[in-house]
Amino acid sequence: MSADPKGAELLVDGLTIRFGGLTAVEGLSFEVRTGEVLSLIGPNGAGKTTAFNAITGYIEPDSGTIAYRGARLNGLKPNKIAELGVVRTFQKTSVFMGQSVFENVLLGLHLASKQGPLAILFALPSVAREEKALAEEARRILKFVGLEERSAQLASALPYGDLRLLEVAIALAAKPKLLLLDEPVSGMNPTETASFMSRLARIRALGITVLLVEHDMKMVMGVSDRVICLNHGRIIASGSPAEIQTDPEVIRAYLGERYVRARG
Amino acid sequence: MDQFLQHALNALILGGTYALLGIGLTLIFGIMRVVNFAHGELYAFGAYMMYLWVMVLGANFYLALPLAVLLGVALGAVIELVLLRRLRGADIDTTMLVMIGAWIALQNTEQLVWSGVAKSINAPFPSSPLVLGSVSVSWNRLFVFVVALTLIAATYAVINRTKLGMAMRATFQDRDTAALMGVEIGRIHTATFALGSGLAAAAGALLGPVFVVYPTMGDLASLKAFAIVILGGLGSIPGATIGGFILAFMEELGAGYVSSGYRDAMGFLLIIVILVLKPTGLFAQKERIG
Amino acid sequence: MKRGLAIAWLLFLASVPVWLDDLYVLHVLIITGIFIIAAMSLNLLLGYTGQLSLGHVAFFGIGAYTSSLTTLGFSVHLLPDWQVSADPRPVWLGMLLGTLVAGLAGWAIGKVSFKVRGAYFVIVTVSFAEVIRLVALNWVELTQGPMALNNIPYLRLGVPGLFEISFLRKPANYYLVLAVAILSYIVIRRLVHSRAGRAMIALRENEPLAASVGVDVTRYLVLATVVSAAMAGAAGTLYAHYVRIVDPDVFLFIYTVTMVIMVVTGGKGTLAGPVVGGLIFGLLPETLRTLEIRAETQWVIYGVLMVLVVYFLPEGIVPALRNWWKGRQQSPPNALAAPAGTEAAR
Repeated sequence: MSADPKGAELLVDGLTIRFGGLTAVEGLSFEVRTGEVLSLIGPNGAGKTTAFNAITGYIEPDSGTIAYRGARLNGLKPNKIAELGVVRTFQKTSVFMGQSVFENVLLGLHLASKQGPLAILFALPSVAREEKALAEEARRILKFVGLEERSAQLASALPYGDLRLLEVAIALAAKPKLLLLDEPVSGMNPTETASFMSRLARIRALGITVLLVEHDMKMVMGVSDRVICLNHGRIIASGSPAEIQTDPEVIRAYLGERYVRARG
Repeated sequence: MDQFLQHALNALILGGTYALLGIGLTLIFGIMRVVNFAHGELYAFGAYMMYLWVMVLGANFYLALPLAVLLGVALGAVIELVLLRRLRGADIDTTMLVMIGAWIALQNTEQLVWSGVAKSINAPFPSSPLVLGSVSVSWNRLFVFVVALTLIAATYAVINRTKLGMAMRATFQDRDTAALMGVEIGRIHTATFALGSGLAAAAGALLGPVFVVYPTMGDLASLKAFAIVILGGLGSIPGATIGGFILAFMEELGAGYVSSGYRDAMGFLLIIVILVLKPTGLFAQKERIG
Repeated sequence: MKRGLAIAWLLFLASVPVWLDDLYVLHVLIITGIFIIAAMSLNLLLGYTGQLSLGHVAFFGIGAYTSSLTTLGFSVHLLPDWQVSADPRPVWLGMLLGTLVAGLAGWAIGKVSFKVRGAYFVIVTVSFAEVIRLVALNWVELTQGPMALNNIPYLRLGVPGLFEISFLRKPANYYLVLAVAILSYIVIRRLVHSRAGRAMIALRENEPLAASVGVDVTRYLVLATVVSAAMAGAAGTLYAHYVRIVDPDVFLFIYTVTMVIMVVTGGKGTLAGPVVGGLIFGLLPETLRTLEIRAETQWVIYGVLMVLVVYFLPEGIVPALRNWWKGRQQSPPNALAAPAGTEAAR
């Protein structure tokens, strides 16, 4: 399982997901290349979050394969997929509300820790050492997302924008190689969004590949290397941000037939 | 074979009251998502009300019965208004703990008032049973069976043919949408809890004269009601009905052919087996009740 | 400062049999101590991992019966012509086995029960406990059913030929229970402040999120159940060899409720909660009894008390006290205040 520098990191092939009579995703095939930022856009109900859920193991697809660096993801449980380096955030704000900001990140560092049950039971010095190291790492991550001043505050006390930052901090703690962000700036004001965009650039600089679902077009166009547009569970366009912006299918999907005709 | 028929007949009759218990709980559990540990206490309450009116106050048996049920409805409404209203948004653990507290308080109050001595209620039926060929059934039990079926049919009608029932079904399906459509969720909850409690009280009022009345009679009733709900699928009245009969059958056959000591274990074994094999129950209808 | 307080408290506890003349009160303390151990174990599952398991008394009872049967010996016919018997074994072995078997039961029941969640999980756990109770009641050949297992031997520890300690009288049992309680507390504290404990808390707070950062949900649910069950089983063995009579009533649902009340009112998810709750509900009945209040009235009070606590002190007494204390010491809010240590020390 290795990273091909210019190649496909995540390979989705023929993904089909049905809920009863409704087909949420149909024959979806795309790839995410190492080091890029790829955005999935599309109207509500287009199947974006469903695809996310399937990739990260929260639902099981009806057909199709998902592979990360050659390893098959289908059928794996979410925690196993996280171990492989694929970490996601959630569309609805998802943090550990009852814990402090610091503890939230500490919880996210689960995979970074190697304490065994016996070591814990006998309070071996290795445990104390590791706890110190984890605390250091948590502080570093909080600094990276700009939340270190709120370290001791309860997550439930955070303003909305900071909550979303905390979500990203938790995900980063899990040491992703591929980060799936589900509408990370939804509900943010323009200042917060711009701030997030620069943080995203810094996440890229760490060598993390990013798959993004977003509605905020400014953000999408500003950070993405490539954009894929979904509608009714199918890809209707894919290419660079500039290409997508002028693609008639995309415009039709978002704004309707009349707009396309109006534009001529 | 005769023995089997007798067991089957007993099961049929017992099943009717079990169905009442189950339907009451499936409505409460399904619509309000409350793990109602106090359900059995309403069952005991119904029995004690019969005792109060018939034996202590000397009222007519046939009048005392609907009165006991109505009192059960009233108690249910009171419990909902006093205890559960405040917990509207709370998580399931919290409401469960409150219901446990209510269960303890109710049962011990009953014990204080009536003492732990088992009480019997005199029923106005001939004491010699009706004999049908090789099987026999007491008139009392026959009466219980008929009334139970009537109540089941009435409940079914309320749920499926009245505006209240429609509101209840809507709340079950999607509470938020129902609220947006103008359904007053608070009133539906009170009505649901009252109705469910009334059914439990009815089961108790019917079975009280058949067996005896004692303060802890509700405990097993609660747990069996849960077994029935799980068996039949949450929110399904037909499921709870059939579940009630299935449980009664399993108990009768188990007691008859395996060992009477394990009779009460049947319900629990059923729960475990079903939840392991088919967590949504035998008749799961996630989309609708009724 | 905290360390000092803890040591002072322990010294005080250790001194009790020295100055307490009333053996009945000592007995109450011993039983309370046993219940506190059981409550601490339930707290791990209910408070920290967030799983409302209402069958916990099953593990307590399994520990009690296993240890009793090991030390008494037994003989059963598994099939009409297949008899299995065991000779009596030393009590320390019985207690060890009781703890292990309870842990094993926790593993088995956990594996099955965690296939469902929420309210169904609660019902399954109650069902398991009830089935086990009915088995204990009806499998008379093994358990003597309602006639109870009598004359259960008491613990004897020592080096043969050199010395022997008999845990027959109350002071000795008090120290035994105190020692096990302290040990249990330490185990839970270490677990909770470790990676494993964090994983359990993560499961309680937000399961999908926990999975997304690599927490193996099933593994930690089962781990919490096994440790919790084993500890409850240990409490059960202490009970069996102190009271020295064990009957199926040890599996009654009301004891699970008692443990739940202790944990919830004391403060679920805190280390001190079950201890405080245990002390209150272990000693309260005795206090009320001296006031000539009947058992039924007591239970009505407990029921009402639990409802009130859920309404007004939803996190329990210990967190409420802590918040009140913090409120009194309030200096200007310092956002750079000490991290993890304080909050995680819950």
